[in-house]
Amino acid sequence: MAQEIPAGNSVIRVSELRKTYGSTLAVDNVSFEVKTGEIFGLIGPNGAGKTTTMECVEGLRTPDRGTVSVVGLDPRRDAHRLQERVGVQLQQAQLQKRIKVWEAVHLWSSLYRKKTADGEQLVEQLGLVEKRNTWFMDLSGGQKQRLFIVLALINDPEVVFLDELTTGLDPQARRAIWELVRGIRKRGKTVFLTTHLMEEAERLCDRVAIIEHGRIIDIDPPETLVQRHCPERTVVLSTDDPTAEERLRAIPRLEAITSTDSRLTIRGSGDDFVTDVIHCLSEYRIKVTDFRTVLPNLEDVFLKLTGHSIRD
Amino acid sequence: MLRGLRTLTWIEIKVFLREPLGAFGMIVIPVLVFVVVGRILGYRVSLPSLPANSFLRVGVPVLGSILITLSAVLSLVTIISIYREGGILKRLRATPLRPQTILTAHVLVKLLLTGVTLLLMLLAGKRYYPIGIHAPLVSFTIALLISTWSILSIGFLIASVVPTARFSQPIGALILYPMVGLSGLFVAVESLPPKLQIVARILPLTYAVSLLEGIWKGDGWSAHVRDVTALILGFIVCTALSAKVFRWE
Repeated sequence: MAQEIPAGNSVIRVSELRKTYGSTLAVDNVSFEVKTGEIFGLIGPNGAGKTTTMECVEGLRTPDRGTVSVVGLDPRRDAHRLQERVGVQLQQAQLQKRIKVWEAVHLWSSLYRKKTADGEQLVEQLGLVEKRNTWFMDLSGGQKQRLFIVLALINDPEVVFLDELTTGLDPQARRAIWELVRGIRKRGKTVFLTTHLMEEAERLCDRVAIIEHGRIIDIDPPETLVQRHCPERTVVLSTDDPTAEERLRAIPRLEAITSTDSRLTIRGSGDDFVTDVIHCLSEYRIKVTDFRTVLPNLEDVFLKLTGHSIRD
Repeated sequence: MLRGLRTLTWIEIKVFLREPLGAFGMIVIPVLVFVVVGRILGYRVSLPSLPANSFLRVGVPVLGSILITLSAVLSLVTIISIYREGGILKRLRATPLRPQTILTAHVLVKLLLTGVTLLLMLLAGKRYYPIGIHAPLVSFTIALLISTWSILSIGFLIASVVPTARFSQPIGALILYPMVGLSGLFVAVESLPPKLQIVARILPLTYAVSLLEGIWKGDGWSAHVRDVTALILGFIVCTALSAKVFRWE
């Protein structure tokens, strides 16, 4: 029954998806594909339509229009067969307050028709061994999320859905979870995640789709998006040399120099821009006491594409 | 078909017993009240002074059983709506678990706990209640199980549509408790105003009361085919409806 999907092929296909709630248009004309074995991220601010899109793909919501296929199945029509083959972590999900960790794992593994993954091993891999007998309500936020990852992986799924996986976690727990997600990819699974954290998308995702107001603005690997939309480079340096600013103005593709006290902020564009700055400094033997480059990231891409910060 | 039912039922029993008031509220309190009331009454009332078919002799045990059943139903309604509000149902939906499995597991838990409560009451009753009541306990237990199952399905129908946990208890009580008044327990159905009679004939509780009273008094099952049929019919209708209108979130 489980036909093999060769690497590089699309395991999720979404075409012209549309979903409204009453008169609110949540998702409009959304199309994308997720390839086997990649970590694909849907990124955008809260309320952009990330969760709606993901829940349509999971079969938890019925789209008004458009087609969705996951591992070759229709999430609505073939819901039962699909649930056997995918793993899901939902935003803001809860379990029974007083269910123990091992009981939840045991319950989940009893729900699937096929042979499931080794629950004990997953519990160990996600660092929950000492919490086996702890009630769900007594777990920390990070521990709950790790338990939800165990449950999402319990049926050895081909595709794993992770919705706002690290929201509300401290940076340390967040990094640990990222490592786990990379581990999922290493096992050959496909990961489809949503996040409003640009750093998370940048560090974790092979490809991202930027979504805002229910529409996808662009899709590509994070670095490609940065190159395409934010080619500018910024160099910040400190120097006491009064001639520095004038010398630096001669650099090609320079856009602006601002100076405060002894610090110069030099902005330009192009892959060679930083090299040109270094050449200029060494050619005129300008003495610098500090030098750093500021590279644009997804955050800047988002700002450029939408005109506002993702945190607004 | 009901994959995961056994594990879910077992876990739900354990989860319920871990609640601070779970076992205490559902089992200990009813039994204690019963014992205390039984003691007070027991000193004053001796069996020969009770006329046959009096309320104390038949009505009280039936009313007690019905009230325990209703509290089980309300607790079911509350649990399901808490599960929905907390996103537990939504999380379960993303698994192969079916709503009817969740329903069955909770009904089984409630039946089991109701059974334990009644058993303890019977044991206590043997000691404290007016001696010499010889009710057919096995038949009565079966009749009560059928009644409870049927009334629980109403509870599940309510639970399927009640929007929030905060409303579930009052709404459930508002629907369920008036049924007791019309059930024929206090006033015979025949002596109700005609319009209320029609209502009473639709409510499954009326049939539950008729069945329980009859069996307690020693009627044979053949005298209550109509009641049992009505209760089973009620169960089928409510279960089918709730499967249709069940909301995961």
